[in-house]
Amino acid sequence: MPIDKITPSVAEAVQGVKDGMTIMISGFGFAGVPNDLIHGVLDSGAKNLTVISNNAGTGTEGLAALIGSGRVTRIICSYPRSKGSDLFDARYAAGEIELELVPQGTLSERMRAAGAGIGGFFTPTGAGTELAAGKETRMIDGREYVLEAPLRADIALVQAQEADRWGNLVYRKAARNFGPVMAMAADLTVVQVKRIVALGEMDPEAVVTPGIFVDRVVHIDNNREWDI
Amino acid sequence: MSVAELELGVTKLTRPQIARRAAELIPDGSFVNLGIGIPTLAANVMPAGKDVVLHSENGILGVGPTPPEAERDRDLINASKDYVTLLPGGSYCVHSDAFAMIRGGHLDLALLGAFEVAGNGDLANWTTGDRRFPPGVGGAMDLAVGAKAIWVLTDHTTKKGEPKIVNACRYPLTAKGVVKRIFTDLALIDLTEDGLLVREMVPGLTIDALQAVTEPKLTLAEDWQELAAA
Repeated sequence: MPIDKITPSVAEAVQGVKDGMTIMISGFGFAGVPNDLIHGVLDSGAKNLTVISNNAGTGTEGLAALIGSGRVTRIICSYPRSKGSDLFDARYAAGEIELELVPQGTLSERMRAAGAGIGGFFTPTGAGTELAAGKETRMIDGREYVLEAPLRADIALVQAQEADRWGNLVYRKAARNFGPVMAMAADLTVVQVKRIVALGEMDPEAVVTPGIFVDRVVHIDNNREWDI
Repeated sequence: MSVAELELGVTKLTRPQIARRAAELIPDGSFVNLGIGIPTLAANVMPAGKDVVLHSENGILGVGPTPPEAERDRDLINASKDYVTLLPGGSYCVHSDAFAMIRGGHLDLALLGAFEVAGNGDLANWTTGDRRFPPGVGGAMDLAVGAKAIWVLTDHTTKKGEPKIVNACRYPLTAKGVVKRIFTDLALIDLTEDGLLVREMVPGLTIDALQAVTEPKLTLAEDWQELAAA
């Protein structure tokens, strides 16, 4: 059987999402957010979810809609509050969502560590601050470092520009952001792409995420402008 | 004019003017991160001919100014989530590489916003502890420990007129002792081993008036200049 990761629908792409799962969602601000896959998770009815994403959604669709639905009980992110993050803000103020705030570089490195089989790493980021409270520290060359653990997910939802049937990915501009490290760090990596290309058509030098990190690809060719 | 301006009797710099003064003083050839808020405005007010490479935490090296509305690209935004452009020679990278540049000591300078800066260089800019305003650390803690120098760009006082340059930060810290220079809407202040040295003040402002809205003791540099709005 030839390898073919291309999945015909969003519903099939997110099949297997269950209550209580941890889901990584790519994107920084409104760039590179897999909105169709997020709405696939919303439509699946899964609840009691932990979301790992840089932000906490804005507007009324995408991640904001998932959080607004009350299905997300915990979020791990670096910068939840933005202009338009009202749905998150209200749930946070009401104590309805738990927040683990992680410095952005620590967030992406924890994902990279998980994907690369690293059991943890020492970073100077956050040393001596509230965000390092309770964490193991070590003096290295006279500087204080904080031990950070790898960060895994059950599912990663990623947006990319192009894929082939092996799951090789090319991104576009700053929409790349967390996509490559999230793709490495989940048991099941699902990618929505704007274009599917034939095997061999992609420039091998330009592949950013090799297909080994990708499980499912769904082609979303609409140019819908989401309220995010 | 605000109450504070009426009290001070001077014209404060606008946010782009604060960014412009910082941009003017960035050494040629520097790799510079621009943080959320006033700092990201610096990309729009770079002096002509200055060759610096602007870094954005979301994986951009070589950030250019805001594009015209018709050329906005939803895949090309900065840390403030504002539309930007890519200059010739610019490149994109994954988030973990953008932070390797930050944490690995590859950036010469980071321009950051602040809730508070203490006289000893302590920086607080991620949480007020108020549950109505969720905290947001973003890349601030990585930048604060990773860039070779930190300049803060901020209003001199809060909206209520209270000092943001304080004896000791009341809000939780982002990092200890990292700030080297502060650009405000009133002054340019260096944090030195001998304390806070005022290099520039807006026209008409006296050191006494500036001291009245600043907690730590200020010293006026002998060669201080007027902080001119460009």
